[in-house]
Amino acid sequence: MMKFLGYRRPDGQVGTRNLIGVIPTTVCANEVAERITNQVNGATAFLHHQGCCQTPPDIERVSFILGRLGKHPNLAGVLIVSLGCESVLADEVAEDIAGSGKPVKKIVIQELGGAARATAQGTLLVQEMVIEASKLEREPCPVSELVYGIKCGASDTTSGLGANPVAGAAADIIIRNGGTVVFGETTEFIGAEHLLAKRGATPEIGQRILDIVERMENRAKAVGADMRGGQPTAGNIAGGLTTIEEKSLGAIVKSGTTPVVDVCEYGERPAKKGLVVMDSPGREPELLTGLAAAGCQVIVFTTGRGAPQGFPFVPVIKVTANSKTYERLKDHIDMSVSDVVAGVQTVGAAGEELAKEVLAVASGKTTKAEAIGYFAAMDIYCTGPVI
Amino acid sequence: MAEKAKTAAMALVLGEKDNVATAIVDIDPGEVPVMFNNGVKKVKVNQPIQYGHKFAVRDVGEDEDIIKYGEVIGISTKAIKTGEHVHVHNVASKRGRGDLEGKGA
Repeated sequence: MMKFLGYRRPDGQVGTRNLIGVIPTTVCANEVAERITNQVNGATAFLHHQGCCQTPPDIERVSFILGRLGKHPNLAGVLIVSLGCESVLADEVAEDIAGSGKPVKKIVIQELGGAARATAQGTLLVQEMVIEASKLEREPCPVSELVYGIKCGASDTTSGLGANPVAGAAADIIIRNGGTVVFGETTEFIGAEHLLAKRGATPEIGQRILDIVERMENRAKAVGADMRGGQPTAGNIAGGLTTIEEKSLGAIVKSGTTPVVDVCEYGERPAKKGLVVMDSPGREPELLTGLAAAGCQVIVFTTGRGAPQGFPFVPVIKVTANSKTYERLKDHIDMSVSDVVAGVQTVGAAGEELAKEVLAVASGKTTKAEAIGYFAAMDIYCTGPVI
Repeated sequence: MAEKAKTAAMALVLGEKDNVATAIVDIDPGEVPVMFNNGVKKVKVNQPIQYGHKFAVRDVGEDEDIIKYGEVIGISTKAIKTGEHVHVHNVASKRGRGDLEGKGA
């Protein structure tokens, strides 16, 4: 049986990392969260720009996502950093996370008397939590406890020809062994949704795929402009991708060939094992956050032009099929599959290699983005205005 | 033999119905080996094509569907000759066109 080494949490979930998460409930608390993590090894901050002066549905979403992130099995414990007057209710988020059985602490900057005192207090709390967490050891876990996310970003033509088919082949292997794979980027279904809808495990799932695409396309159309330049991006176009349809057709192959068993809302935890679609936009900070909130313990990120970012507490494996990009950006990209485009390696063989890499990283191998700590610019996908 | 021919191709046609090929190396104008579903054939390319970009493998009229992966990826905005670069200057997207909403498109 395919296995990986993970950290078993009190709620039964399995983590691939053993970190303490420092989570601000509003943008105004970011600096304190960041300073605390600068002072403690083994702590990581999820910085974002939300949490206040937003419409109620967005405030609800931000609270939900912060709770989901806090409950992530890669976090052994959580410190909530509140300013004190924000719309998101820090006590509710802390209580939500504590439901998972992990230790949760909270500091309030306005109550403690400013950034310096809050940073000092938070540092002491997180230091203790890191030491306590370090006692836990990894144990063998079946792949059925692995949920991995797939994202493609800064795509070019080689994404559709090499990196995405390889990611799809790896997804098929993990799913065949009982695992779960989540992918999203609804914008990048536009023009390819008919193919994806046919893969719905039931007609209802197929229809839900068509519905989320229509909703996303209508949001783009509501601006009253041709979305080209935004999707595909200027970089996609320079790389040879002409239209969103072309980008989408190359993008959906990253999901492999298995049936879609469920369609989740942004950041929702999949209720079924197998291939799951998550409604989400294509931009990296929001999409990676959505995959992490859904509970993905590892993310495979295919790129053509060379997207650099990881995630604060989920390892992100970068894969490219563009040989030039790999040579230029070796310090960001974990794996090259350019031999697939050149026709000297099969997609299947490269997919097996990638599946092995997923298990190695799940078991503790450090990714390039983790090693250099390139993951501070994250955000939560909100659909309403800042008010 | 097939493997050898495959590595020699400088561009790939991905579906039987496709009217474009994708360059897998930087291509200079001239006769270029292109991998089609049924083997490698030469196509005369009349301008430099960058790695990852597309060129027409048959003449395409104005307002004709552009096909890649056997699927429609957009519509031509002018006639395109065999061997010509196919990109944003001669192809429009059919989707997400907020600019055309309410104009009968």
